[in-house]
Amino acid sequence: MMLGHVLYVGVLLFCLGLYGTLTRRNVIGILLSVEVMANSVNIVLVAFSRFTHNLLGQVFAVFVMSLTVAEVVVGLALVILLYRTMRHTDIDEASQLRH
Amino acid sequence: MLELVSLAVVAGILVAAAASVVLGTNLVHSVLLLAVLLFTTAVLFVLLDAPFLAGIQVMLYAGGVVTLMLFAIMLTRRSSGVAVINETLRGRRLPAAFLSGSLFALLCWAIHGTTDFPDGGDNLLSTRQLGTSIFTEQALSFEVLGVLLLAATIGAIVLARKRDHGEPEPAGTYLYGTRAREEASR
Repeated sequence: MMLGHVLYVGVLLFCLGLYGTLTRRNVIGILLSVEVMANSVNIVLVAFSRFTHNLLGQVFAVFVMSLTVAEVVVGLALVILLYRTMRHTDIDEASQLRH
Repeated sequence: MLELVSLAVVAGILVAAAASVVLGTNLVHSVLLLAVLLFTTAVLFVLLDAPFLAGIQVMLYAGGVVTLMLFAIMLTRRSSGVAVINETLRGRRLPAAFLSGSLFALLCWAIHGTTDFPDGGDNLLSTRQLGTSIFTEQALSFEVLGVLLLAATIGAIVLARKRDHGEPEPAGTYLYGTRAREEASR
């Protein structure tokens, strides 16, 4: 197993997550795609930590996990608030601030 | 050789699960496939000799995040029995595919052009070292992270709680929300 192979996997996952973030219509779908992206970053961090013998990669991965969980908690609270206000979770309908 | 085969299997599952999360039309299926993705990532962490990270990945994500997401879907769908539609925006597919595709090509080109990757070796990092590093060298970051988690918890409670009687609703509710629709239909 080489570092390069794991990096390809991480890059592919990140780009899939980016595509989902840009195209999803439901807010929860966007949050799911952001999860995929954060996960791919973790994979790359752990791979670098393994192959360069640097502990900081794993420490950083732990911090990224906690940050992602905090982001999901606040994001889902916002989704529920959006649903309570607008009765849907469609990101394109929530455009009142544009007009 | 065995490692390479297992990496190929894990990578195949990861990419298939990510593609279904991103492209699928049923939101509940997307969340369950995200759970598969996160579990498989834990397996990949084991392959990369990071067992502690694999453990907290399973506990934190598969146990916590996926359950939260399912709860949010159940709370925000209009009626039970109706599949939650999670379609993609038609006019945005092509630019998004171009953007992510070109980013993928750029990063692959960068990885392909690098020849002197470190090969690792057998000297592994232990969980003890990880814990020592977090609680000594990175102690300040750890404390800051604790403050951030507290702020996120309080913020989520304040945002999502029900308002008491007599307390003003958040500003948008009156103009665009259910109340405005009720008054318009009256």
